[in-house]
Amino acid sequence: MSWIFHADQPIYLQLRRYLTEAIVTGVYAPGQRLPSVRELAMEAGVNPNTMQRALTELEQDGLISAQATVGHFVTSEEGQIRMVHRAMAVEKAKEFLRAMQSIGCSPREAIALLEKIKEEHHEPIGMQGTD
Amino acid sequence: MSLLECRALTKCFGPVPALNGINLTIEPGHIVGLLGPNGSGKTTLIKLANGLLTPTYGEILICGMHPGVQTKALVSYLPERIALPERMTTGQAVNYYADFFPDFRRDRAIEMICNLGIEEKQRIKAMSKGTKEKLQLILTMSREAKLYLLDEPIGGVDPATRDYILRTIINNYNPDASVIISTHLISDVEQVLDEVLFLRYGNIMLHDSVDNIRNEKGMSIDALFREVFRC
Repeated sequence: MSWIFHADQPIYLQLRRYLTEAIVTGVYAPGQRLPSVRELAMEAGVNPNTMQRALTELEQDGLISAQATVGHFVTSEEGQIRMVHRAMAVEKAKEFLRAMQSIGCSPREAIALLEKIKEEHHEPIGMQGTD
Repeated sequence: MSLLECRALTKCFGPVPALNGINLTIEPGHIVGLLGPNGSGKTTLIKLANGLLTPTYGEILICGMHPGVQTKALVSYLPERIALPERMTTGQAVNYYADFFPDFRRDRAIEMICNLGIEEKQRIKAMSKGTKEKLQLILTMSREAKLYLLDEPIGGVDPATRDYILRTIINNYNPDASVIISTHLISDVEQVLDEVLFLRYGNIMLHDSVDNIRNEKGMSIDALFREVFRC
C-alpha cells in the first residue's frame, strides 16, 4: 500500500479509507490479525494516536474488533465486509458519473463510453485487489 | 501529571519580550509541532525548558519541577546547533552519552548508526554537516526520556534520512512520553504530529490537534501556516 495524504481532509479519515480498502480487497483477510498500531503507524508514517483513532472508526464501522492486549482483528463476518465493499463501489461509481457530468457527459453517454472502452481493450473490468 | 507546564512564562531580552506570558500544558503521549516564523520564540521556549535560560517572569515546570539537574534526567534535548565535542569519534560520543544518561540505550543508538551508515571510528570534526546532525539526533532519540525537545531536527538532512528520522520518532512513541519538534519543514512532519502550537511574537496563537484543524479549516497545517503568517 502506498500512503499519500491529501491536505484538505483529516488524516484519520484518510487512514480509515486506506484500511477499509485493504480489508474489502482482502489485503487483510476476514478474521486476520492486523499489525500493531505502532507498526501500522510506522508503515503509514503517521502519528500513532492518529492511527489509533482511525482504528476506532473501523471498529465503529464493524470492520474490525479490538481485543484487549492482543490487538485488532478483521471481522470474520464476510457479509459485513461485502456490504462495505458494495457501498464503496457505489460511491466510486457516483463519483465517476459526477466527474463525467462536470465535463458535459450524461450518465447514459458515460455508460456507453465505458462499454466501448471495455470492448476495445478486451479486458474484463472486475474487482481487483490493490497491490 | 503534565510533562510540561508554563504559567505566564515571560522571557525578555532587553526591552523586547521573546516570550510574552504564555500559558501552556503538554500532556504525555503526544508528538507536538512547535511552529512559528523566525523570531517567534520557539528556541527561547525550548531553552527555558532545559534551564539554559531562566524566565524573566512566570514559571516553567517539567513533571512539576523547575528545570535543573533532576529534570535534565527526564528531558532529552537536541539543540539547533551541533553541541558534541568535535574531537570525539562516533564511538566515543556514544560512550559519552552512555556515561551521562542512565536512560541511554546503547543498542538502539548502534542500530541507528549502522542503518544510517555512520562510521564508528570517524571523528565528528571530519563529518559533513548532515552527518553531524544525524549523529546528534540519534544520540538524542536513543534515550528513554519523558520529554524530547527537538530544535530543528531535520533541517540539514536529505529527504530519505528525514523519512528515516520521522519513522524513528514514530517507532519510539511511548504513551508516557511526549516529543516537541520545532521546525519550518511543516509539510514533512505534519502527518507525524498530533498537536500543533503556533507561536507569533512570543504569544501562542493556536494550540490544537492536527485533525481538528484539518477538519475545521479544511486545509493542511502547512497551508494554514502559510495563510496565517503571510508576509
